Amino acid sequence: MLASVWLPLSVLGMPFVAFVLLAVVTPLRRSGPRAGLVSIGAMAIALGGALTVWAKGFVGETTWVWIPADGGPIATVGLLVDPLSTAMLVLVTLVSLLVQIYSLAYLREERPASLGRYYTYQSLFAFSMLGLVLAPGFLQMFIFWELVGLCSYLLIGYWYERPAAARAAVKAFWITKLGDVGFVVGIVLLWSATGTFEFTDLFEKAQEHALAIAGLPTIMFLIYLGAVGKSAQFPLHVWLPDAMEGPTPVSALIHAATMVTAGVFMVTRAEPLFALVPEVLTLIGWVGAFTALLAATMACVESDIKRVLAYSTVSQLGYMMAAAGAGAAYAGFLHLLTHGLFKALLFLAAGAVIHAVGTNDIFRMGGLFRAMPQTCVVFVVGTLALAGVPPLAGFFSKEAVLGGVWEAHLTGPFLMLALTVLLTAFYMFRVVFVTFFGRAHAGGHPHEAPWLMRGPLWLLAALTVLVGVRWALAGAGGHEETPAWLAPLSVGLAVVGFALAWALYQRGAIDPARVAAGLAPLDYLARHRYGLDALYTGLYRGVLLGFSRLIGWIDRYLVDGVLNALTALTLRAGDGLRRVQSGRAQDYVYGVAFGMLLLLVVAQLWR
Amino acid sequence: MAITVPVLSLITWSPFVGALLIMFTARHHPLAVRVIATVTTGISAALSIWIYVAYDQEASGFQFFEKVPLVPPLGISYEIGADGISLLMLLLTSIIIVTGVFASWTVAVRSQEFYALLLALVTGVYGVFVSLDLFVLFLFYELAVLPMYLLIGIWGSSGEVRPRGPFAWAYRATGVGTKEYAAMKLTLYLLFGSAFILVGILALYVNAGAASFSFLDFEATAFPRALQRWVFLAFYVGFGILAGIWPLHTWSPDGHASAPTAVSMLHAGVLMKLGAYGVVRVGMGLLPEGAADLAWLMGTVACINIVYGALSAMAQTDLKYVIAYSSVSHMGIVMLGAATLTEAGLNGSVFQMFAHGVMTGLFFALVGLVYEKSHSREIGKMGGFGKTMPGIATAFTVGGLSSLGLPATAGFAAELLTFIGAWRSTHRWWLFPAVAGTFLTAVYVLRVAKQIFWGPPSSHFHDLEDARGPEWVALVVLVFVLVLFGMVPGLAIAPVDTATVPLLARIVSP
Amino acid sequence: MIGLSAYLVLAALVFSIGLFGVLTRRNAIGILLGIELMLNAVNINLVAFARFNGDLTGLVFTLFTISITVAEVAVGLAIVIAIFRVRRTVEADRLDLLRG
Repeated sequence: MLASVWLPLSVLGMPFVAFVLLAVVTPLRRSGPRAGLVSIGAMAIALGGALTVWAKGFVGETTWVWIPADGGPIATVGLLVDPLSTAMLVLVTLVSLLVQIYSLAYLREERPASLGRYYTYQSLFAFSMLGLVLAPGFLQMFIFWELVGLCSYLLIGYWYERPAAARAAVKAFWITKLGDVGFVVGIVLLWSATGTFEFTDLFEKAQEHALAIAGLPTIMFLIYLGAVGKSAQFPLHVWLPDAMEGPTPVSALIHAATMVTAGVFMVTRAEPLFALVPEVLTLIGWVGAFTALLAATMACVESDIKRVLAYSTVSQLGYMMAAAGAGAAYAGFLHLLTHGLFKALLFLAAGAVIHAVGTNDIFRMGGLFRAMPQTCVVFVVGTLALAGVPPLAGFFSKEAVLGGVWEAHLTGPFLMLALTVLLTAFYMFRVVFVTFFGRAHAGGHPHEAPWLMRGPLWLLAALTVLVGVRWALAGAGGHEETPAWLAPLSVGLAVVGFALAWALYQRGAIDPARVAAGLAPLDYLARHRYGLDALYTGLYRGVLLGFSRLIGWIDRYLVDGVLNALTALTLRAGDGLRRVQSGRAQDYVYGVAFGMLLLLVVAQLWR
Repeated sequence: MAITVPVLSLITWSPFVGALLIMFTARHHPLAVRVIATVTTGISAALSIWIYVAYDQEASGFQFFEKVPLVPPLGISYEIGADGISLLMLLLTSIIIVTGVFASWTVAVRSQEFYALLLALVTGVYGVFVSLDLFVLFLFYELAVLPMYLLIGIWGSSGEVRPRGPFAWAYRATGVGTKEYAAMKLTLYLLFGSAFILVGILALYVNAGAASFSFLDFEATAFPRALQRWVFLAFYVGFGILAGIWPLHTWSPDGHASAPTAVSMLHAGVLMKLGAYGVVRVGMGLLPEGAADLAWLMGTVACINIVYGALSAMAQTDLKYVIAYSSVSHMGIVMLGAATLTEAGLNGSVFQMFAHGVMTGLFFALVGLVYEKSHSREIGKMGGFGKTMPGIATAFTVGGLSSLGLPATAGFAAELLTFIGAWRSTHRWWLFPAVAGTFLTAVYVLRVAKQIFWGPPSSHFHDLEDARGPEWVALVVLVFVLVLFGMVPGLAIAPVDTATVPLLARIVSP
Repeated sequence: MIGLSAYLVLAALVFSIGLFGVLTRRNAIGILLGIELMLNAVNINLVAFARFNGDLTGLVFTLFTISITVAEVAVGLAIVIAIFRVRRTVEADRLDLLRG
């Protein structure tokens, strides 16, 4: 299998080489756009490699010892190439490449040293994400899981001088770390029970029913917690909207198409194991659907264009997880792929708008259709895909998800997801209408984006359409058992959402403010993110920091206090005893005489 | 295997020769002082790397053996050798002292005495790691502790601690916060610990027939279980004080904070590992049943260390104190790994000694630089340093990531092995405080990094600059080592494993 | 007749007076006088024992103590004079330089 290792290894290795070059060779990194070219070049080669792997349909696995031990290695690292990882390889390399090209224009005004830093992190991210999808076992997956989290932290905090960005970066790291804590405990427990981290070994054992270990539901739940953090499921979704502090290309790549999907990827990859614990799967399904609905409601009242897309991402991740929870992991993965394309498209288009207009607030935009027609077109394509309109790619994947959830008889989640379809169409078209149509409020001089930015947009839009059309023609994504009413239902709901958005924001037929007043409690809660952010902040500031201050005080003034008290007492005792030394010879003689007498008396008594 | 070139003696005594040379020949030539220091520590470092590679992993056991009888009637001899664990520790010491020499390049006042004391100290450290005679080990141990008093007392920096709480009168009486206080506290506390060690050594000596102090002879003796228990306790307390076990750790924050940079690097990076090494080598190695009986105590205290240390670190406002408490917390992981009495746990423990040693050496070097450039340790006043000191900021981030156990840095494999060991031990619940510790570490490390390096530039400071010249050496070497061992942990774990497996084989779990 | 005990009692009395003098006299020379008395009390004891036991050892010892006493007085007076030269006082209470 040696020859076939080199191709996937080169896909993984090219971004790593770029990263090392940029990290170590400081003059190259400080030269700005040239650093970008190094990174882009490596990415292009990686994409070529990924496409080759996909075209040739490679399948195989190679591992090397990583942590040795007496009875055999505890941990190995390597490459696992199969249809699942190959699909991800293509998605990751493609979107990374497009984003990096886009960034050359978007971040044109950055200082060269900063731009170099950006591309260093981008290369590291690409390497880490690829390492994650190629992981042959839970440990390697965890390793790269943490590394993509690191890159997310570094890139959200790219503009580190901004306090909001700094806060968002650490928040992202901490919230996902909470999930990762569960993940690592889960895999340690799993290793302890089975002796291996490797997927092939675990799946074999699962097949042979040799995996009936007590506590498997707990273990798989803990592992799932990692996905809760990384894929922004309720209640660990709060970091994703704040992560929008990072540059828009970063949001497109990491917080839409790739990193956040790692949780879904993991659940899909470990599907044979999750299939053994149906109770956990049901939980995943419910949490996923609930997340989808919750996030959709928050998107409806958000006025920052990137935040709307962020909530939308959380919502769609909920869809994917719900599918996995329904045992239709394939459907969830399909949605992952299509969503990667059109969400990246939407983010990049939003970036073009922001770049042109200078604000994120949709209510300070308007009528941009005239100034930026191409951007508007691609944005609408993305919106249609997201809303699930045939024959775009999003329609088929959403169908598959809804179908899967229905077939698993998860009625509650199904209803939540269906409602979300309506809301998705509503909030997305709300953005479209407010931003691109209507009266022009936009200040500045909005213009069409440069080709470096438009090119990736058109490519993604084209792919969204092409993939969808190809599926329509091939009849893929349609399960035989999918109820016939499902497609009309979802399209119908989307149309209703569209109509509502039209009525409120384009036509002005219904006043949005009155709707908000009518739904006042819900409106309030959604605007305040259901109090979850406040809860986390309160827990952090009040409980964690407060408790730490208490411990710090105890250590400094009690534990150390005891020690200092003993010392002070010793010093005082010394001071006191010192007075025996009066310096006067007569007192000493007194002592000798008295002592002598005492000794004589004692000696006599001793007899 | 007896080797003709006394490599271990060369490694151990080379710095001492350097100290003598400095004091007798180069007293008034600052550059010569530094050159001598660099060369002699460089020799030790090069030889440490050489024996690391030359060690025969198949044969395992103590290699590079040397023995010279010193006081035959009492059974004291200069007996030294190295096994997998010692090798890694020697490597660690070499890395830290070489980078420490560079980190101290700008010491202005009486640099010749400073370097001489530093080199003498490091001789003691090397000696402890290679000693196979308990008496000689104790001598080297004292040699490693005593120069600290002068180093901190003369070249340290004072802070301010406001007397509060029920013992405030004591704080005023003892002058808490000054470097003299820190120096005295550290030295006395450690000497107090060494009293326990001495008692333990003598107890074993007498019980084994008062014939020899040799480690190998003790290893072959079967001590009665009751004796083992209390002698292990004595060793645990004695060495543990140096390792910073709770609640006997309070010498550490003040000591580290007041000490000059290289001394902090050496102390947190290596000396605290001496304590853990002592518990493992002398305590667990000689008293297997005692260790098995008292592992519950070791592990529970370690869990307290981890969580308590992390929370304390979170509350600190002085940068050096944050790092000092972080050391207390990470030493908890070291002690926990050892307490699990499992192969994975003990491997993790020794690897964590190495990983944390390098990481904390890096931290103190960085903090020393930040202090030098900004003349402040107050985190509250800092902000936006990343703009003017990007190199320092990057190195700090790498150190921080290793400290929270990010994969691809050395800290990860160490912590993972400890987690595995904890779950496989007889006290499975130890896993949870350990994992909680990594989360808490992530919180305080990133918070501190954000407060210092991110955000808008602080108005309290002007004209800050990045590292220069020799200052880079320390940062680059340490970051490189962290990443290297993070990506290829097998480099460290393979030799260590050859030592931990036989050690654990003798321990019978209760 | 006058028995041994009478001499011993006498010696004890003289010793006590001397000790009292040493402990309570302010003047350094007075202290030296007290020491003299104590030493002489020892002499009385030695001679008494020599007389009543018929052993010459006591007399030999007495000669020793007398000569040592002489030496001690000489040195003591010399020290007192030296102290007076520096401190202008011979009051024992004032001479506490070695106070802890």
